[in-house]
Amino acid sequence: MAVLPVKFTKTKRDKLAQVLWILNWISVITGAILFSLGLFLKVEINKRKELMAERDIQYVPNMLIAVGLIACAINFLGGKICYDCVDTTKFLRWKLIMLPYIVCTFFFTFCILVGALMCYSMQGEMEESLDIGLAEALKFYKDTDTPGRCFLKTTVDMLQIEFHCCGNNGYKDWFQIQWISNRYLDMSRKEVVDRLRSNVEGKYLQDGVPFSCCNVNSPRPCIQSQISNNSAHYNYDHVTEQLNLWSRGCRQALLEHYTYIMQSIGLTVLVIWVFELSVLTGVRYLQTALENVLRQGDPDSESDGWLLENSFMETARTNLNIIKNLGKCNQVDMANNGDPNINVPCSSKATYGPDNVPPQQQPGTS
Amino acid sequence: MLLKMKFSQQRRVRLAQGLWLLSWLAVMCGAFIFCLGVYLKIELLRRAEVMENTEIHVVPNILLMVGLASIGTNWIASRVCQDSLDASRFPRWKVLLLAWFAVAALLCCLLVTVVALSYALQGRLEESLKIGLRNGIRFYKDTDVPGRCFQKETIDRLQMEFRCCGNNNYKDWFEVQWVSNRYLDFTSKDVKDRIRSNVDGRYLLDGVPFSCCNPASPRPCLQNQLTDNRAHYNYEYQSEELNLYSRGCRQALTDYYMGLMNSTGPGVLSVILIQVSVILSVRYLQTAVEGAMALENPEGESVGYLLEKGLKETFEDLKSKILDTLKFAQVDPATAEASEAEAEKTVNVAEKTASPPPPS
Repeated sequence: MAVLPVKFTKTKRDKLAQVLWILNWISVITGAILFSLGLFLKVEINKRKELMAERDIQYVPNMLIAVGLIACAINFLGGKICYDCVDTTKFLRWKLIMLPYIVCTFFFTFCILVGALMCYSMQGEMEESLDIGLAEALKFYKDTDTPGRCFLKTTVDMLQIEFHCCGNNGYKDWFQIQWISNRYLDMSRKEVVDRLRSNVEGKYLQDGVPFSCCNVNSPRPCIQSQISNNSAHYNYDHVTEQLNLWSRGCRQALLEHYTYIMQSIGLTVLVIWVFELSVLTGVRYLQTALENVLRQGDPDSESDGWLLENSFMETARTNLNIIKNLGKCNQVDMANNGDPNINVPCSSKATYGPDNVPPQQQPGTS
Repeated sequence: MLLKMKFSQQRRVRLAQGLWLLSWLAVMCGAFIFCLGVYLKIELLRRAEVMENTEIHVVPNILLMVGLASIGTNWIASRVCQDSLDASRFPRWKVLLLAWFAVAALLCCLLVTVVALSYALQGRLEESLKIGLRNGIRFYKDTDVPGRCFQKETIDRLQMEFRCCGNNNYKDWFEVQWVSNRYLDFTSKDVKDRIRSNVDGRYLLDGVPFSCCNPASPRPCLQNQLTDNRAHYNYEYQSEELNLYSRGCRQALTDYYMGLMNSTGPGVLSVILIQVSVILSVRYLQTAVEGAMALENPEGESVGYLLEKGLKETFEDLKSKILDTLKFAQVDPATAEASEAEAEKTVNVAEKTASPPPPS
């Protein structure tokens, strides 16, 4: 009993072939879109490479790029095949390739689905990478004279200005780091020496933040130093003052930015996956309809198209048997009295092809 | 005849087809000019708060008008091409074509004017920015005054985006009180001294807002006591270049807008070229088709030209035609004189006949 059979007249077959030709070309374009989405993600991740610790996140854009390129190629071939399918004689050229093509494309759509799901699963890795990366970047903010880290200050400042954020989780992260280099500290002053001595590691810590944490929307000029000291500034209460500095942490801000990008990409890839699957279904129907037409002999007659010839379980069983018997080709068959001279065909069922249609009975034999 | 060319039937057909394509290209160019005008206007409107007058807006306004007009004009040219090979439909365009030439020439002149204006108005733009920025800096502290509450945010964002500080440079901030009185402790001696030290009673300091800070500086930003070398360790304010943005915002904004208008210069010039070639081709097509229609064999060869007579003669003709049309309005003094002279003559003749002829 065939799975989802549909009757196809000649005009219906032709129309199906033409529609599939157009859809395959649209799929080439969606493959190009996939490729460019992967490229875009790669560029976005590389832009902030200095703020991310080493983690395996490059595999997602790489996968999307590869899948996009393969999708272009596969659908280009599919377009050519469908273009030729209008004419039954030209179909004979592609007859043997079509089934492997459909099987390959079916497994390939799984890759697209995996690509889409990876976009959503990357979030956890990304968060961890950003956490560690940002903490490192804040620690090396002052090292503008160390080769390899000279531009970290500019990077962090531009990040805080652009994403409206301050510190890793909040502005208090800056209180725990020495972000002023020793080159600019007057070691002869008592106050500096006191601060350095007041903590175990000899770091110059203060309750101040860099200028890039300042909030543009604040009605008063920015207060950057002695933030927790209410008496240092007139009419100032650090508990209620909300507009002075950016309140969000940069990890949160960057994570939201990347999550938004990846969710949109994931959604687009899912839509493309559904589209590819529907094109594949159309091609399968076209293939079975044309094969049945050839079997019937009359190119203009009606034929059946289906997804699977027998039910799902039977097809699975048949294919498993084929795979099992493939290995038995070269073995001597002990069933026929151990005589190796008796000709036993390799795998008696496979010769009819996976559609499992027995050859037509010859009129002479019976 | 000026620049005449022979046109066989096939050449006329080719000319019509080529001109049809060219006029659609010119329609696209018109749309491009329109979009350019829209983009320029939006960019100018975005920073309207720091500009005092809107004189510079004449450039995008002209671009918008010319873009729309050129779309219409070139669409008409394409319709003329379509009808040009059909002898029954072409004559109805005859009268319109004269007006069309005038409008198209006007559009070309306007485009040339736009290019010239975009250079000429640079001085006015700078003046407008100077006054606008000065006001912005003066009202920076007035975040509680309605109508000016967002001046601080505007100036801060401007300085960060364009990497500039103050009007001409950062020292402009030293002459303005940019810290509001609401945040000054009037009981403190330092505040009282500063306020008393100048005539207007303003709180002036040698410090700048945080938005002047340069992120590319290797040391954390120094905003206060900028002219006092001893206030900061290892600091020399004359040689310190990276601490704040060195450019003034007026210069930065002028450079930005001049850059925008200069980069659109080549595009506008090529549109002018395309429009001029459309005008010339339409003239050739018109004269060739009219010549062909006047022949006995409409499919034969005809002559196409730019001007029927030479340049000088056409100019004289045009002048006399214009003068004639002007004369219709006035009472014609020449004919009045002529009729008077005739009247005199008849009187003389009458006198002569009246007086006896002299004895011969």
